[in-house]
Amino acid sequence: MGGASLSWNIIDDIRLMWSLPSMLNAFRAGTVVAVLAAVVGWYMVMRRQSFAGHTLSVVGVPGAAAAVYAGVAVGYGYFTFCVLAALVIAVARSRSARRVEGDGAVIGTVNAFALATGLLFISLYRGFLNGTTDLLFGSVLGITSDQVVTLAVTAVVVLGALAVTGRPLLFSSVDRSLAVSRGVPARALDIGFLVLLGVAVAEVSQVTGALLVFALLALPAATANLLTARPGRGILLAVLLAVVTVWAALTGTFFSTYPVGFWLTSVAFLFYLLAAGYRRLVRS
Amino acid sequence: MSTAPVVEVADATVTLGGRTIWSGLDTRIEAGEFVAILGPNGVGKSTLLRTILGLQPLTTGRIEVLGRRVNGTAAGTDAGTGNGNGRGTGNGRGTGNGRGGARGVAGRDVGYLPQRQGFDASVRIRGVDVVRLGVDGDRWGIPLPGRRSREAARRVDELIDLVGAGAYAHRPIGTLSGGEQQRLLIASALAHRPRVLLLDEPLDSLDLPNQASVAALIARISRSENVAVLMVAHDVNPILRYLDRVIYLAAGGAVAGTPDEGITSECRSDLYGIPIEVLKASDGRLVVVGAPEEPAVHVDRHGTA
Repeated sequence: MGGASLSWNIIDDIRLMWSLPSMLNAFRAGTVVAVLAAVVGWYMVMRRQSFAGHTLSVVGVPGAAAAVYAGVAVGYGYFTFCVLAALVIAVARSRSARRVEGDGAVIGTVNAFALATGLLFISLYRGFLNGTTDLLFGSVLGITSDQVVTLAVTAVVVLGALAVTGRPLLFSSVDRSLAVSRGVPARALDIGFLVLLGVAVAEVSQVTGALLVFALLALPAATANLLTARPGRGILLAVLLAVVTVWAALTGTFFSTYPVGFWLTSVAFLFYLLAAGYRRLVRS
Repeated sequence: MSTAPVVEVADATVTLGGRTIWSGLDTRIEAGEFVAILGPNGVGKSTLLRTILGLQPLTTGRIEVLGRRVNGTAAGTDAGTGNGNGRGTGNGRGTGNGRGGARGVAGRDVGYLPQRQGFDASVRIRGVDVVRLGVDGDRWGIPLPGRRSREAARRVDELIDLVGAGAYAHRPIGTLSGGEQQRLLIASALAHRPRVLLLDEPLDSLDLPNQASVAALIARISRSENVAVLMVAHDVNPILRYLDRVIYLAAGGAVAGTPDEGITSECRSDLYGIPIEVLKASDGRLVVVGAPEEPAVHVDRHGTA
């Protein structure tokens, strides 16, 4: 990897990339993560919980660092810390009567504490320092087949939960008071969605790194929202954009010396710019 | 209309955090009636709607909707479990109130349009989607194509015709005017042909022509669909000509009656505790002279500051 030469024969190039087991696993994991991130991210953007999503991704840093320090797989660290942080935010939110104003302060506190803890674990484990960049900005090397299976199973569970709760969740996001009057359990859905967001962030972090989660979580959904205001189409478009982003980024990583995080954010941002330009063109 | 009342309120009192919001409210609302709920800010007008929805427990008395107890002693258990008590009346306002604990027990017989600030331009969801959520947004699972989905879509079309929103229902709701948004939200609240429609200041933040046309729309629907309308209103004039009955709420008390009984100088003075003149202009509009500024002492809408 890193600087293989592009033949511009797409079939040959893909065959070359997929001849490496590590690259094949990267494509598998990346696709799973892209689908999950796009769907969960669409709801996150609709519910305006991007700051919560960002904080959960930051929480993944001490999670992963703690896992390395404890000598267990990084994935466990991500999942444990992200889900715990999601529960902390959910409980703090529901305790605060002033939901909107209370949010920022609580989440910001979690955010700062998480980064500080992450730094602590990193400094405790001196040898880990080389991995810090991967932790923050992503790496596609060394994703094992077992890891792909774990990612896929988790993604299916999260997407299944969203399939069941998605409609009332949208209802309570768009018009909370009306939804509550119809018997939609809005508070339970709030907590449930934050947990799903935590799980999704933990998954995406393992490919994109903690700081670039938004390339797959927020950008495809935001781009889709520029192009359509239909919920169903918006979700499908976000999924399509995220998958194309991941595939293009992995290809770029394979045939260049630039890291995957650079490609992911650049491709996702390029799509956003194109969509914004298209919308402006159509409007005028 | 000598049928059984669709909403019956008997000796109802609400106490929040040790303070009586209003008390001794008795009223019977018949099918198809248009009723205004009036009173100064912070007096618990929205709270009255929430008690009819079963979201806010009564301290004494009872409320029945279509003969079914929705609030009061031995009411549905849901109403009692809400932990929203004592947070002040202001929690019922806006879209962001944090009480998910109490859930509506009135069900689909009661349509509800909460008070709101309106959708801003960043809300990327179409008007038809909002109406559709009113039709089947409370159902679990993915809306698969089929008979149920077709019926829901047909109902959405009917509702959009009913409120005359066909021209703009397919645009993102955040890009629509306040009046257009309000028409779509009324359509959403009417999704299940409710017998009672609760509206919380639906004319607020609309310009005068839109106030008049939305008021006329609500009155027309009230008659044509035979739905009783209970509307919290700040200004009685846009709806005065349509009203069958008025409920006045004021610090500690409550009065219900016909508009002519309700909107008199003595009555308003009693309720506000300040001398007020109510004059009838030649065109039938009511003019309130010496109306007070908003009372300085009332429950803080925003909870603990």
